[in-house]
Amino acid sequence: MKLTREEIEHVARLARLELTIEEVERYGNQLSGVLTYIDQLREVDTTGVEPTAQITGLENAWREDVVLDWPSKERLAAINSAPECEDGQIKVKRILE
Amino acid sequence: MKLNELTIREARLKLEQGEITSLELTQACLLRIKEVDPMIHACLTVCETEALTEAVRADERRAQGEKGELLGIPYLCKDNILTSGIKTTASSKMLENYIAPYDATVVKKLREAGAVLLGKVNLDEFAHGASTENSAFGVTHNPWDLARVPGGSSGGSAAAVAADMCLFALGTDTGGSIRCPAAFCGVVGLKPTYGRSSRFGLVSMTSSTDVPGALCKTVEDVATVQKAISGLDKFDATTVDEKIVNYNENLGNSIKGLKIGLPEEYFTDGTAESVTQAVNRAIEQLKQLGAEFVSVKLSHTKYAVPVYYILTPSELSSNLARHDGIRYGFSTYLEEKNLQDVYNRTRGRGFGEEAKRRIMLGTYALSAGYFDAYYLQAQRVRTIIKEELDQVLREVDLLLTPVSPHPAFKIGEQANDPLKMYLEDIFVTSPSLAGLPAMSVPCGFSEIDGKQLPLAFQLIGSRFDENKLLQVGHQYQKVTNFHLAKAKI
Repeated sequence: MKLTREEIEHVARLARLELTIEEVERYGNQLSGVLTYIDQLREVDTTGVEPTAQITGLENAWREDVVLDWPSKERLAAINSAPECEDGQIKVKRILE
Repeated sequence: MKLNELTIREARLKLEQGEITSLELTQACLLRIKEVDPMIHACLTVCETEALTEAVRADERRAQGEKGELLGIPYLCKDNILTSGIKTTASSKMLENYIAPYDATVVKKLREAGAVLLGKVNLDEFAHGASTENSAFGVTHNPWDLARVPGGSSGGSAAAVAADMCLFALGTDTGGSIRCPAAFCGVVGLKPTYGRSSRFGLVSMTSSTDVPGALCKTVEDVATVQKAISGLDKFDATTVDEKIVNYNENLGNSIKGLKIGLPEEYFTDGTAESVTQAVNRAIEQLKQLGAEFVSVKLSHTKYAVPVYYILTPSELSSNLARHDGIRYGFSTYLEEKNLQDVYNRTRGRGFGEEAKRRIMLGTYALSAGYFDAYYLQAQRVRTIIKEELDQVLREVDLLLTPVSPHPAFKIGEQANDPLKMYLEDIFVTSPSLAGLPAMSVPCGFSEIDGKQLPLAFQLIGSRFDENKLLQVGHQYQKVTNFHLAKAKI
């Protein structure tokens, strides 16, 4: 399975990764190699086999939907880790012109 | 004997008898770290002041009559497990200065038990790797031969225990990340059943197989730590309300009549002669203790690695999406004009090479047109691997296999070949995919370049039956002394 340069650039765009020209080249070759190896999965007959969803067989682990108190010291520490904050809130770049 | 060389059990007895204090024990570990870590580079953060304070506090608790198997016992923690107020980097430039505002559940449990956190140890960036070479902060060296890798991704944890920098260490295992380094460094490592110990506060990698566990000097110590970190956690909906057995009570029981399966597919030509010989010797010793061995077939074993390298990149590409430069960690935010550039450049510059490679692979496998062929097919083959293992484990009590096809390899030897590195996981991925408990136990040495390199076998058990692994491992260690050998450093 050989990935084209366009495919690599498309995947990088989907993943929001800025790659250098060298990286596009290198990952293209390496990922093609790994995918060729992984392609052996096609030979397994999985007709009628359910995909695994949860390995220990748990279903619906319910809990009450309630707001828990978060100590303000921890909360502020979390918010203040952001590059830009205002009035105890995290600021982002505008997304609409 | 130096205090840092003690096992948890030995230290606990001395603490109980008032022969030593936690402060002395902690100081001995801190001194050892200063002495040998410049050569080994296991530690990323050493929190000396906090550790000494915690040790004094543990001594006070004991003086007030409190008892506890881990009260005052110093440990190191893999740096992808959150520790309140102390940096958690996941060995990534992305989290170089990240300080979590809360403890992971397993750390919280150890804190309550009175264990003393000495610091944080190295790993492959975001736990992606089998050698610790993918760390953004430099490779960790194997204490048995500094030219070799300690294994990965919990390489710092294994190297630190092997070099007696601590009495035990926490690691995480997603597809072999506790067992591989434990084998390369000659310590015991248990990957518990998926859901046995909480993932809350782990830097998520592959949420469907991640599980924290312990690396220790003896099986008995592993039992003690695993007991302390097990249990249902309301913050991790995949933890299971299974009875927590007092593992230590079962350790002394004879293994006479236990039936152990040897999967044919794990004993192949590609394995180093030294590994095969050591594992066969271990089998003979277990026979003498009364265990019965039968040959079993797990015909889909060869698909475990390809399944793993679809599921893991897929899940981690989603999990690593949170590193977007907006809320915490490395960010180019202040240099950018628009949001897309914040995302693209933060991620392009913050992630290391292997993380980016895996994000790409996972994004591709999950993208339109490929999802069915890769992700769904992998989850179906996973079901077959699981059912095959479950079927065999109804016929035998547990399985015994090698951990790695060879002893620790040289630093740099296979760093440029990602596929070769992925094949390191060949014997350890199946139990991860099936959520089964598995443990690495030291069983010999191979002399290469004049150095003694540790070898190990793996025990695989039924879901939530850590008990039998620990029992067999402990009985084996009672009649062997490979776990007592020390790296000369």
